[in-house]
Amino acid sequence: MRINYFEICQEPIKIEEVVAKVEDRNAGAITTFIGTVREMTKGKKTVFLKYDAYIPMAEKKLSQIGDEIKASFPEAKVAITHRVGSLNISDIAVVIAVSTPHREDAFTGSKYAIERIKEIVPIWKKEHWEDGEKWIGDQLEQTSYPNGKPEKEI
Amino acid sequence: MIHVLLFADLEEKIGKRTLTINETSITLSVLRSKLLAEYPNVTGLSSAVMAINEEYANETAVAKEGDQVAFIPPVSGG
Repeated sequence: MRINYFEICQEPIKIEEVVAKVEDRNAGAITTFIGTVREMTKGKKTVFLKYDAYIPMAEKKLSQIGDEIKASFPEAKVAITHRVGSLNISDIAVVIAVSTPHREDAFTGSKYAIERIKEIVPIWKKEHWEDGEKWIGDQLEQTSYPNGKPEKEI
Repeated sequence: MIHVLLFADLEEKIGKRTLTINETSITLSVLRSKLLAEYPNVTGLSSAVMAINEEYANETAVAKEGDQVAFIPPVSGG
């Protein structure tokens, strides 16, 4: 069966399944980044979140991020799964697994992947607070792209 | 026909996920203006970036018959 390394899913993410995709005999390190739903943001209490995505493009862009990491670290294996739908506090929104022969590259790859997701992958988060709701423009709660476009695209 | 996809606040404000535009060829800047004229109160339309067939595209890019154009508000995954 073909492994789907870059996936948008509706169900809870199984961390060990994402990690298993990048296991390799020549890997000396596997880093796992787990993005979870936070309750308090700047003093505001989140009740739950909703994620939505342009699924085919999002999976394509996740795959592109994998290619970008492999351009720097040719021996890297990358798997990313992002969940959409309704998520509660502490639920896992994203799991990134990167394996490389040496640990430093795996750490660098994981960090690169999560930052890049926030720049180019068409996934949107709607915060539901006790007193209202809002689609979040980006992590700074800005409502437009600071540069008018995704970084390093177009 | 060109298919337009709307997401997040744009989908909510316009009330639809997809629109069909009766054109066989249109630049993205003209398409954006067309939607802005139709939905003048939907501010997010002017700041969204656009994609043709799942790839980000410039304002000068041309969408053709059967293409899927997406309006992509600022992303917030992760």
